[in-house]
Amino acid sequence: MTNPHTPAMAHHATSAKNPLAIQFDNLEQQRFAASLGMWSFLATEILFFGGAFLGYAVYRNWYPHAWAEASRQLDLTWGTINTAVLLGSSLTMALAVDEARQGKSRGIAFFLMLTMVFGTAFLGIKAYEYWHKWHEHLIPGTSFVWSNPATIGPAQLFFSFYFVLTGCHAVHMIIGMALLLIMWFKARRGDYTAEWHAAVENMGLYWHFVDCVWVFLFPLLYLVDRA
Amino acid sequence: MSTPESVMKLSGTETHEPAVGRVAPHSAHAGDQPGRNYLNADYNLWSWLFTTDHKRVGILYLISITLFFFLGGAAAVLFRLELMTPRGDLVKAESYNKLFTMHGIIMVFFFLIPAVPAVLGNFLVPLMVGARDLAFPKLNLASWYIYIIGGVFTIVAVLTGGVDTGWTFYTPYSSTYGNTNVLAAAVGVFVVGFSSILTAVNIIATVHTMRAPGLSWFRLPLFIWAHYATSLVILLGTPVLAITVILVGVERAFRVGIFDPALGGDPILFQHLFWFYSHPAVYIMVLPAMGVVSEIISCFARRRVFGYKFIAFASLAIAVLGFLVWGHHMFVTGQSMYAGLVFSFLSMLVAIPSAIKVFNWTATLFKGSVLWNTAMLYALGFIGLFTMGGLTGLFLATIAVDVHVHDTYFIVAHFHYIMVGGSVMGYLGGIHYWWPKMTGRMYPEGWGRVAAILIFFGFNLTFFPQFVLGYLGMPRRVHDYVPEFQILNVMSSAGASILGIGYLLPLGYLIWSLRYGKPAGANPWDATGLEWQTDSPPPTHNFHEQPVVLTDAYLYEPWEPPAQGHLPQTPPQAHEPAVVGSEGQR
Ligand SMILES: [Cu+2]
Repeated sequence: MTNPHTPAMAHHATSAKNPLAIQFDNLEQQRFAASLGMWSFLATEILFFGGAFLGYAVYRNWYPHAWAEASRQLDLTWGTINTAVLLGSSLTMALAVDEARQGKSRGIAFFLMLTMVFGTAFLGIKAYEYWHKWHEHLIPGTSFVWSNPATIGPAQLFFSFYFVLTGCHAVHMIIGMALLLIMWFKARRGDYTAEWHAAVENMGLYWHFVDCVWVFLFPLLYLVDRA
Repeated sequence: MSTPESVMKLSGTETHEPAVGRVAPHSAHAGDQPGRNYLNADYNLWSWLFTTDHKRVGILYLISITLFFFLGGAAAVLFRLELMTPRGDLVKAESYNKLFTMHGIIMVFFFLIPAVPAVLGNFLVPLMVGARDLAFPKLNLASWYIYIIGGVFTIVAVLTGGVDTGWTFYTPYSSTYGNTNVLAAAVGVFVVGFSSILTAVNIIATVHTMRAPGLSWFRLPLFIWAHYATSLVILLGTPVLAITVILVGVERAFRVGIFDPALGGDPILFQHLFWFYSHPAVYIMVLPAMGVVSEIISCFARRRVFGYKFIAFASLAIAVLGFLVWGHHMFVTGQSMYAGLVFSFLSMLVAIPSAIKVFNWTATLFKGSVLWNTAMLYALGFIGLFTMGGLTGLFLATIAVDVHVHDTYFIVAHFHYIMVGGSVMGYLGGIHYWWPKMTGRMYPEGWGRVAAILIFFGFNLTFFPQFVLGYLGMPRRVHDYVPEFQILNVMSSAGASILGIGYLLPLGYLIWSLRYGKPAGANPWDATGLEWQTDSPPPTHNFHEQPVVLTDAYLYEPWEPPAQGHLPQTPPQAHEPAVVGSEGQR
């Protein structure tokens, strides 16, 4: 591979920046580091959600009936639709990474845009569900209304976990969407080439991770003991 | 069996031969001109605030954690003064609670956890692996800003009336009953966690992908192994604290009861989650200091580290086992007897790799030609005090003893022996050992030794009486006590004042040395390790040429009189003579 830092390349400016950072010897090393960095960060993320899942597991185990009862208040239809929407966004994200491997800037931008559309749809549906819960007085706290006085405490616990878990997931989605938007501009500018597109690959890893979290959240919150 | 030729060398040639596999395509940079280094590469404030140079970020961290150290120390001065007399006459009970909480939060989250990894680790990891910078320099700078933001939240919490929950934020003190500014402090702790995570991601990626040609894993300095293990603990522990703090924050802000027994919640669940991070956090504090000690002991005993692989793997073993012992903080919470047994057993198990390290350092010293300079005094102090802390830790891992001394000063003394006697001694030893590298100046050796000895004795006078107090039953976190305990408390407070002077001395003479210290030269300790093979202070991108490593670490030989020719580890280029190496012969 030619050395991108040689002066001869300096004015050969089709793309604005030299992708090779000063601390790396070559792009292969840089890509390895970027990928390892992202995987390390995702390990952190797993433990982050892991803590909340532990709390979920403890209380679900303690109050199986109250939690099943509370779980039935969630909207299965919208939850299912949202799962499909999010899996769709994972597909388009994977296609964006595939376009990046071929160095097709327009293709990257197109699929990133589709991913953002799916992401927006997911967040919109989620917001609608939240609004509905608020309408039904199912937000934990002083205004919480529950028909069965015997299970009002554990039911509040369920909704606390529902909002914390889906809320943390939504925050991850919003951060991901912001990054997607930046990446979309950069893709249109032609920043990503077949040789250098580690950022798109890392974005893919992050986005798939966030989807995977939902793949656990959906059955745990919506489906378990629903019948 | 090292020969003068077998030490690490800089490759003298242009490194474009593909056989090495890693060429250095970057030509000389402005900062790499002769006479230019990372400190004088640029002078304006922005060049510091927007730097991506790992060395400058390390210095930014050094300045900020020093500020927090003295802030946390000021709180300690106040409550040690209060404890001079049995009655609560200096501060009220509430103020006392706020003081020890502030001391704990600041010292744990804003000093001890970032101290070695974010200052020395930041500065040294790329140098030690022969890289031009960390893998992600911008993230590294971001981590410092995140640290500062977290610090601002914590300061705001202090200024708006303080927090009185203790650094552990136990529910329901922090949720239902706390009426102080817990939320701001919790946000501060949450935010600062991200700065450690970014540092850890950087260290892991750098060590994996950016080692110099020839620098295989088992040639790495033990400092790097320790930081690698620490980074694993940070990565896997910190996020659990983050979600725990979020749950407490949600409970507090929205008045919902995640840990509230009135709603069927479990306050003990909070303790499980909290200690799942906060026990491993002890290893975040002490493992990097152990890495420092390995470097210092080997250099100033002029011997190869005894049992290199054992020390390296002990770091990893500590990182893994450290995650399995959190229940030893909860022996009296009514957890199941069988859980208690297992946690007790595992806590004793984690002492084994720590002991392996202590024995290996001792064996390294055996028949070494020991140089008693400042860094070595700190390292030896570390071994002694860490051993005390570790042994009393074994007492506490024994359930029956723990039930007796739980929540007494015995616990306070135990963890200060680890965290101050261990981590802070290691940190200060490291600061002295690498000060010539960081600043290009020697610190005054005489003052350094005085301070190290003051700190050692001041520390023991402060905390040894607390073992006795705790055994006699004085509870921690209470601002008054029965008169029988006064003499021991006065001893402790007297020790604290000596300790305080001991900590102020380096602040003075190290700043003095920036201007008046002797120029250090590239390798004043005649040490091995790539960081000593470049200028002091190093140029912006660390090395003038890509270093290549040909041998194992720590190929030390006994001090030799300079008259017998050049010192064995003088690198090929003529650097200044090793100043202190020759002083060591006196
Ligand atoms: Cu512990």
